[in-house]
Parts: sequence; C-alpha cells; structure tokens
Amino acid sequence: MNKNILYQKKRSPLCLILACITGLLFMVSFSVNNKYPPVKTGTLKIIFTNTANGKPITLRDSVYHNYFGETYSISKLKYYVSNITIKNKQASSNMGGYYLINAATDDNTIELPLQPGIYSSLEFLLGVDSLRNCSGAQTGALDPMNDMFWTWNSGYVMFKLEGNSPASLADLKRIEHHLGGYKGTNNVATKIKINFSDAALPEIKTNSTTEIVIETNLDNYWHGISDIKIAEIPVCMTTGDLAKKIAANFQNLFSIKNIRSIP
Amino acid sequence: MKIKITIPVMLFFIVSLIIIGAAYDDGYGPYEPHPISLEIPPGWPKPPTNIFANNKLTEEGFQLGKKLFYDGRLSKDGEVSCASCHQQFAAFATFDHDLSHGVHNSFSTRNAPALFNLAWMPELHWDGGINHIEVQPLFPITAKNEMGESLDSVLIKIKKDTVYKRMFKAAFGDAAINSQRMLKAIAQFTGTLVSANSKYDKVKRGEAVFTPFEEKGYGVFKEKCASCHKEPLFTDNSFRNNGLPLNRFFDIGRQRITQLSSDSLKFKVPSLRNAQLTFPYMHDGSIYSIPQVIEHYRTGIITSQPTLDSLLRNRIPLTNLEKNELVYFIYTLTDSSFTKNPRYTPGGNGFVTTPGYDKH
Repeated sequence: MNKNILYQKKRSPLCLILACITGLLFMVSFSVNNKYPPVKTGTLKIIFTNTANGKPITLRDSVYHNYFGETYSISKLKYYVSNITIKNKQASSNMGGYYLINAATDDNTIELPLQPGIYSSLEFLLGVDSLRNCSGAQTGALDPMNDMFWTWNSGYVMFKLEGNSPASLADLKRIEHHLGGYKGTNNVATKIKINFSDAALPEIKTNSTTEIVIETNLDNYWHGISDIKIAEIPVCMTTGDLAKKIAANFQNLFSIKNIRSIP
Repeated sequence: MKIKITIPVMLFFIVSLIIIGAAYDDGYGPYEPHPISLEIPPGWPKPPTNIFANNKLTEEGFQLGKKLFYDGRLSKDGEVSCASCHQQFAAFATFDHDLSHGVHNSFSTRNAPALFNLAWMPELHWDGGINHIEVQPLFPITAKNEMGESLDSVLIKIKKDTVYKRMFKAAFGDAAINSQRMLKAIAQFTGTLVSANSKYDKVKRGEAVFTPFEEKGYGVFKEKCASCHKEPLFTDNSFRNNGLPLNRFFDIGRQRITQLSSDSLKFKVPSLRNAQLTFPYMHDGSIYSIPQVIEHYRTGIITSQPTLDSLLRNRIPLTNLEKNELVYFIYTLTDSSFTKNPRYTPGGNGFVTTPGYDKH
C-alpha cells in the first residue's frame, strides 16, 4: 500500500464549500419554525435501588445479615439488565439496550422513550443474552473495561457481588461471587417478569415522564429457591453448577417499590 | 416559513463556518477506507463463521491492527508486544521456547500457539476458552504473566500518540480510540494471516512434485494422522487427550472451560502447517522435536487415562522408516512465503513501530 494514503493532508476548496453549506444549514435550521409535529412519546424511567435488610446498600461501611444470620459487608455489586420489554394488552415492545447497574454509582436510571398507554407488565433479562456473549468486542455498558468480562473463558459476568464476611472461610474472609455462563445448561441469564398490580398500572403520557422504581433486595439473594450460606459458598468464579445454584434466586430479587408520574 | 436574518444569526453563521471549517480540515484527510477481503485459498472450505461480520476489513484497519500487534505499549513494562511471543519467523509462535516470557521475568504456563488461518478456527486457545477472535487479546494483555497491563492504561498510552489518532481515524472514520476499536483492528491483522503456500500446497496446485520420500510420508500421514490433523487446515479444531501426563501446572485443559470431567486433559489439535518452525510442541512445550513427537504417539502415550482419545488407545504403530518419511512430509508444510511476507512485518509500509528486540 502506498504510505501516502494514510498521511495525506487534503485542503481542497471542496472543504470550504462544504463548510459554507453546513453553516448555512445551521443558520436556516435555527431560524425556521419546525412545521412537523413531534412524534407522540412519553418517557419511562426505570430506577434500580439496591437494598439489604430494608435499607439502601452502602458499599464497604455497612454490615448486613442474611437469612442464616451470617453478617457481611459489600464492596462491589454490579449486574447487567438487558432486553427490557414492557407490555400492555395490545402489544409488547422490546426496548433493546444493555445496562450495567452498579451500586458504586448514585444514578442507576434507565431512560427509555415509550408510546403513550397503560402498561401491565415489565420483563427484562438479568444478564446478557447468549448472542452478545459471543459476538466479539463490544462497547458502552458491555465494554470489557467495565470489568465484567471473563478474559480466559469468553463471556460476561452477569452478576458480581464482592464483600467480606466473618463467616467466609476464604482468604481475607472475602465473598467473591462472579456469576456468569451463557452456554446451554450453564446459562445463568434469567428472565425477570414483574406484573404491575391492577391498582397501580403505570401510564405513559405524551411529553411526560413515568418513573418505576425497582427494588433489588439482596435478602432474597441468600435464600429463596436455593440456600446460599456464605460459610459454604464464599467464592464462585466459574460457570457451572454452583453459579446456577446461586442464580436460581435471581427470580425473587426484584420487586416494584414505587410508580409515579412526573407531569 | 420565514427566514429571519439578524445580526446574531449572521454572527452565528460566521462562527460556525470557522469552527466547522477548522474541524473538517483537521489535517487527517477525509475518511476513505480501502476495503480488503479475506483470501480463501482454492480448495479450502469456507470459514465456519464469518469473524468479520461486524468488523469491515479495510487496509487501514489491517495496518492499525499490525501496529498494535507490534506495540510494546500494550504491556505493563512497555516491552512485551503480541509479537514478542508470536514471531513471524516462527509462524507467529515463540521460536525455541517451551513457555513464553511475560513482564517482570515471568513465564507463561502454555506454549504460545502459532497464528495463521485463524479465520477457520471457531474457538481460540489450547482449551478453546475464547469464543471470538476480537476478545482474544484481552487475555494476554491483562494476564499477570504475559503483558500484565490494564485496558485503561493501554488506552491512555496509545491515545497520547498522534500517529494512532490518525490511524484510528483512517480506519474508523473518527479519531475516537476505545477498546472495541482496538480489538477489532487487532482482529483485522491476526484474522487475515493466511498460510497456504507451502510445498504441499504447490504440489496440490500442480506447481511442484513431492520427492519419493515426501510422497511416502504423505501416504503415512493420510493413513495414521489425517483424522485429527485434517487437510487442508491440518487440524479438525477438536479437543482431544493425546496421552501426555498431567503437567506441573495441573493444567486440565478443556475441563476448565466446560467443567466436564469428560473433557479432562483435552487440548486443541494444532495445525501441522509450519510445524518445522513451531517447536517445542504440545500445549506445554514439553516435547522438543518432530521425531520426538512422533515417538510419543508410537510409544509414549499414557494409555491408562480415562479420557484418552479413542483413536490412540493402541498408540500409533509406525516403523522407523515410516517415522522418517513422516518427518519429511511435515517439512513440506513449511510456508516460507508466509514467514517472510513483508505485509506482516513491522516497519513495512512506512509505518513506525517499536523495534524488534531479542530479550529471550
């Protein structure tokens, strides 16, 4: 290849003409009244709040206890939410997108445009679907720089919980749960379905925002379908039966805490 | 519709003209990528999946990938590049090393595999743990005994280099540098390394003839080796236990990926192409020469292992003559036009790259 192809500097008159036209378009777009009405949509905000023992989680400093009376603190809590689908009687819309909920950040809000209407249920995948796990390098929430991708056994960590507990027999009394696996029976990505109660069906109105607050209650992480004692499973960092056992409790982690309309 | 041309609007027009004009003429030139394609040698199967489905191959992407491949800044100490352990003259394996060297005088725990014809390889690494070529570099870059670096630091370092800004723009349309673009560019280089011009290939194309010894070796190969080392890639990309002992790293191979005990001690069948250059052999580099490898299959296989490949239960019976013939046939798989191809060489094409070094 000719080396000039990458290094050439073009300063043709075309640049100037293009710049003039763009400038003119800018000017016109700022001074002409838009004659097309905007598409009718409202905004849905899904806010995740992470709690344990009835309190919002604070990392490191707070001590919680699980169903078995084991005390623990949390240093990291991150999980993926994807394939958000919201349904009403007529239709369901898959909103797409991949989101990383991280207890270390204050704002875990997912904001989506949505057709006006009254909605009856919300579904999402806790984790990343298998296709995205094997489609090569990703960016945004799925960027491997988010430290949620296994480099030695390709695939996303769907749910990551790290902390410490006196009950842990692992080095430094640590808890390290990196739950992943997307292939066949090792798949831990879990479809979460939340039905809204009839009394409080969220309504999306044009040009206004409806907030749905979802509580992620870690109390249900340790007990529900499976019993997860820190003394028995302080560490899980591979795909397989252990990860699946813990992930069985995913389906009870989430509930609606609050729905409100902001005009 | 009414156009109001006021003094503020005029001012805005002039300012935007200056800004846009300056932004457009950024000295990098317009985005004009030159498409390239993966060459599929005649008679070869199509790759099982298109690894470039979401990664449009361009000359600019390839050149960027090559620069990254040869750049020591991808490692913690600035000295270990991909090419440190994947040397072109060794068909992109590490020449004459059982294990490779990482940062801080560390050793890898497996023999660096040769890199060629990767577009035909569905899963990478000896244990097949890597499901897509784009995500493979994440392992060596971050492994403490390989390049020992974090992705954040790599990006900080390469973002400071104006040559990279220019090359990322040429490859992707703007100068933004992120992990996805870096990984896609590296895949454009490694995924288009094709070795298909050995004497064997020339014989198949009618451009050369085997010597009688090589011809006999080819016969022995087809009868005793070809079911795993399947032509024309000389691997079937399966994972098999070939009867080596559990090594000092307690490397259980494929089982670590699948968690299945039936996969214990299984490793990927490597291609025999360029085998003359990729010694030492096996996943841990524990066998030094091709005759010794053949001797392993003839007499050394540990037959008591429950996951031993069914084709090796009786080892591979070979006479001394057949063994020698086989060696000569394997030598015909050496592709010097690949190992000397200037297209894959650093510093070619007028690009500045970190110089090669001999820290081995």
